[in-house]
Amino acid sequence: MDDLLSEFLTETNESLDVVDVELVKFEQEPNNVKILGNIFRLVHTVKGTCGFLGLPRLEALAHAAETLMGKYRDGQEVTGEGVTIILHSIDRIKEILAELEATEAEPEGADADLIDQLVVLSEGGGAAAPEAPVAEAAPAEPERELRPGEVSLEELERAFQEAAGPEDDDGAEASVEEAAPVDVAPVEATPAVAEAPKAPAAKPAAAASSEDEGGKKESSVAAQSIRVNVDTLENLMTMVSELVLTRNQLLEMVRRLDESEFKVPLQRLSNVTAELQEAVMKTRMQPIGNAWQKLPRIIRDLSNELDKKIDLEMVGADTELDRQVLDLIKDPLTHMVRNSADHGLETTADRLAAGKSEKGRIVLRAYHEGGHIIIEIEDDGRGLNLDKIRQKAVANGLVTEGELEKMTDQQVSRFIFHAGLSTAAEVTSVSGRGVGMDVVRTNIELIGGSVDLRSVTGKGTTFTIKIPLTLAIVSALIVESAHERFAIPQLAVVELVRAKADSEHRIEHINKTPVLRLRNHLLPLVFMDDLLQLTRENRRRGKGSEVCADEALEAEAANSNAERDRRTSENEEAFIVVTRVGDQQFGIVVDSVFDTEEIVVKPAASILREIALFSGNTILGDGSVIMIMDPNGVAQSIAGELNEAGDAAKSQEEASVVGEGEMSLLVFRAGTNEPKAVPLSLVTRLEEFDVENIEHSNGQSLIQYRGRLMPIINVVESAPLKTEGRQPVLVFTEDDRSIGLAVDEIVDIVSDKLNVELQSDTAGIMGSAIVKGKATQVLDVGHYLTQVFEDWFRKEGPAGVPAAYGKKVLLVDDSSFFRAIVRPMLTMAGYEVQEVKNATDALALRDEGVTFDVIISDIEMPGMNGFEFVTEAKRHDTWRDVPIVALSAHGTTADLERGRAAGFDDYVAKFDREGLVQVVNEIVSCKGEAA
Amino acid sequence: MSTGENLRTNVDVGHIVGSAMSEYITVMIGDQTFGISVPMVQDVFMPESVTPVPMAMPEVAGVLNMRGRIVTAIDMRKRLGLPPRTDNRPGLAVGVEYRGESYGLVIDNVGEVLRVADDELERNPSNLDPRWRSISMGVQQLENSLMVIIDVKKVLDFQGRTMAA
Repeated sequence: MDDLLSEFLTETNESLDVVDVELVKFEQEPNNVKILGNIFRLVHTVKGTCGFLGLPRLEALAHAAETLMGKYRDGQEVTGEGVTIILHSIDRIKEILAELEATEAEPEGADADLIDQLVVLSEGGGAAAPEAPVAEAAPAEPERELRPGEVSLEELERAFQEAAGPEDDDGAEASVEEAAPVDVAPVEATPAVAEAPKAPAAKPAAAASSEDEGGKKESSVAAQSIRVNVDTLENLMTMVSELVLTRNQLLEMVRRLDESEFKVPLQRLSNVTAELQEAVMKTRMQPIGNAWQKLPRIIRDLSNELDKKIDLEMVGADTELDRQVLDLIKDPLTHMVRNSADHGLETTADRLAAGKSEKGRIVLRAYHEGGHIIIEIEDDGRGLNLDKIRQKAVANGLVTEGELEKMTDQQVSRFIFHAGLSTAAEVTSVSGRGVGMDVVRTNIELIGGSVDLRSVTGKGTTFTIKIPLTLAIVSALIVESAHERFAIPQLAVVELVRAKADSEHRIEHINKTPVLRLRNHLLPLVFMDDLLQLTRENRRRGKGSEVCADEALEAEAANSNAERDRRTSENEEAFIVVTRVGDQQFGIVVDSVFDTEEIVVKPAASILREIALFSGNTILGDGSVIMIMDPNGVAQSIAGELNEAGDAAKSQEEASVVGEGEMSLLVFRAGTNEPKAVPLSLVTRLEEFDVENIEHSNGQSLIQYRGRLMPIINVVESAPLKTEGRQPVLVFTEDDRSIGLAVDEIVDIVSDKLNVELQSDTAGIMGSAIVKGKATQVLDVGHYLTQVFEDWFRKEGPAGVPAAYGKKVLLVDDSSFFRAIVRPMLTMAGYEVQEVKNATDALALRDEGVTFDVIISDIEMPGMNGFEFVTEAKRHDTWRDVPIVALSAHGTTADLERGRAAGFDDYVAKFDREGLVQVVNEIVSCKGEAA
Repeated sequence: MSTGENLRTNVDVGHIVGSAMSEYITVMIGDQTFGISVPMVQDVFMPESVTPVPMAMPEVAGVLNMRGRIVTAIDMRKRLGLPPRTDNRPGLAVGVEYRGESYGLVIDNVGEVLRVADDELERNPSNLDPRWRSISMGVQQLENSLMVIIDVKKVLDFQGRTMAA
């Protein structure tokens, strides 16, 4: 592209951004002559430049806008309408510019709609202006990214525009490459609305050769500044980084010498390098106000569109941060402010009803804290609707109800950062909170930052973003694991804990998952060597009998458990790097911890980039290259494991809860080619055993499993166990008894509705169902379990399953988690289960005349509770004689009495699964006998 | 950067005149002679203190510091499906740049620079191992041996390959 044109595009776009801000200010302070003068000058410059470059369409539009502003300057009354049309004109100009950038030619088209309105307004008429075409005229706001060459301070850009002001239009382009004079004075921004333009204005922003331009003496701070290409700065930064590395290397070398004449000069070199580094970093710093510039305009437009009155306050716009970081947070910030305006703030009517002031307030705040910059976005709106988030989170399968109950409001509110969770009932054109919040979080985390929020219902929401000042040089903790060193960015490290087998801090295991007691909380742990599979090779070849068969079942943890136990006992000492990523906290177990070092992050070669655990590599002071861990990648890769460990009470079954009516099924092959399935919630673990370790005695196959002998049986009796290699086994555990079901191959874990369509006569097969489009045999696990332990379900008699087939059970429980556990148990036992999520739905069934053999009802339910339900249910003939079993979390005697009094026939504690099946069996058989 | 220049000493000048000529550095990997186009080569160095990269593809020998640049070392034996070296002698690495990134191709030994006519290059024999064929530009017949010309771009193009976890 023509240099002239590209310069023009850049500068014009930047001045237009300034115009946006200034116009909004102007609308609020129509009497501020300074602002008006400023806008006028900017638009005038655009006009002049367009004329010079031969862009008639732009010129005509800018001219019309300028004329109207000229009238305002001359004292005509400023109307909101007028400002809106000018803003639309600016938008149109931006559209044309975008087109111009893409095609290098001014697009065809006419702007008569806008120009006519502008003319009408400048001739004093206001009401006559047609509003309709305006709306169409600005469909999109084409935003143009800053060209790489445009680092230079916004103010510098504006200075250029001003330099090429009304007096010397033609000089504007000529002076592009060289320095140009500046007049700063009229730029004085009013602090009330935006401090952004003010901060740079106070800086020395004038061109190198400005002194000899006599006419521009307004510039009281006529210091010097030049435009530098960003690439030059980047190069400089790279070179300083190299210098830092070399310095580190030298320091390392001299440290080893006792007396060295190098010491003193090296000390000086070191100091100079540090200063140089700082200075170069400074050149990359920009006020965060640059990223905020568009916001006043956006808020203004939003308040019109949404019919809300919004006050945007910006504090700390002069807080500086690295331009690379600035670029990266611009979009997330804009998105969040939009969100606050759209969803955070109530409508005017709602605000008044809630006793708040009519005008909603959004405060943007930026300040430094340590090596970070903190940005807060605060609104005084309605706060997050936690109930809705809870519902959504469960509906989307992010969490189970069981987990949800234990979560604090704070934890719940953080769900808005998950993908696909929009709490807005309707997604407006402006934003649908949640759709983008996960993107926001991702973007912020990409640059090593974090985002959190506080929300008080009715009072408002505050988002807090914490980001590093710069990305080029970070402070990192150097750790060692399995004799390899790695860097962990200090930013993510909360603290270091030394763990010893016999000390207060020791690594403990819950069901093979390592955790650490840290100030009364359990911290999930992950061993770095496991994470990076550093010793995996050896372990695989070793005689460890368990190897992960499926990560979904944390068999991974079992795999290396023996190794871990050995290591923690023999080694005794380990360091735990307590790491925080977003709201997730975990400990990375390493062998030793070295120093903290300032490292220069270098991107890893592209062929290494797909390893999510690393964010790059760096050269240490001793010259060696090490990999830099990416805490986000670590968090993601161990998320599954962490979820397990983070909640000790969480059982395997919960993992299987997916969507409404859906169930996780483990699909495998055994004997025949036809896939077989079993509800995942029934399977305790997936294991793979070395066939050599399987013992045979008395016609039964056994294996030593966790210190006991576990029987292994075949799904299909005719198909024998493998004779060599490894035998995949599904392990079912109840209390302390386990059995293994040998299969040929584990195929998949799928979520689907388990709808047994064809009953089967084959023992051990419940029937066939369509699972993910394939006819799949559903295993009757009970058959196998009772084969080995006849009393597995504590059923009476050798018959195992009583005459349950065809018996209908109604399950009333508000927890989809619990329903998902109970349903397969009952289904397995042969019952036909229908489930509803509350008493009202159950009673609706009664009123339809649907009958059941047994009804199982929860006690604590929202709306009508179990006691009320049973009384109500039995009031009607249809269900008067149907036995109703109560389920409750607490089985106190008082409860029991109350339950019986209310009309429950029996009472089962909520997590006594086998007890439940037993009770239902008893009731059904009693009824059968009675009948 | 400059060693490539120094290596252009033993140039076979008396070859066919008139045809386009190319220069190759000969390298040994196992028993086979390979040629790498001289303009591709930045330097030849001894790979020292190579840091292995966990979770990376097996062909990635690791990363190392080459005068302040981080170089990713590729184990050419693994890349070609050859067994690892048994003689325990340190290998050499040919430094190349690809898409702005520095790589070191770890080979057994470096020989001379040969200048050969482009039209003498034979196409890959059809029975060549597919793994070799995928990174070879052709075969040059030398007096006593055959030289397989390595296509550096293809060596470093791991796309479509799955991660070896």
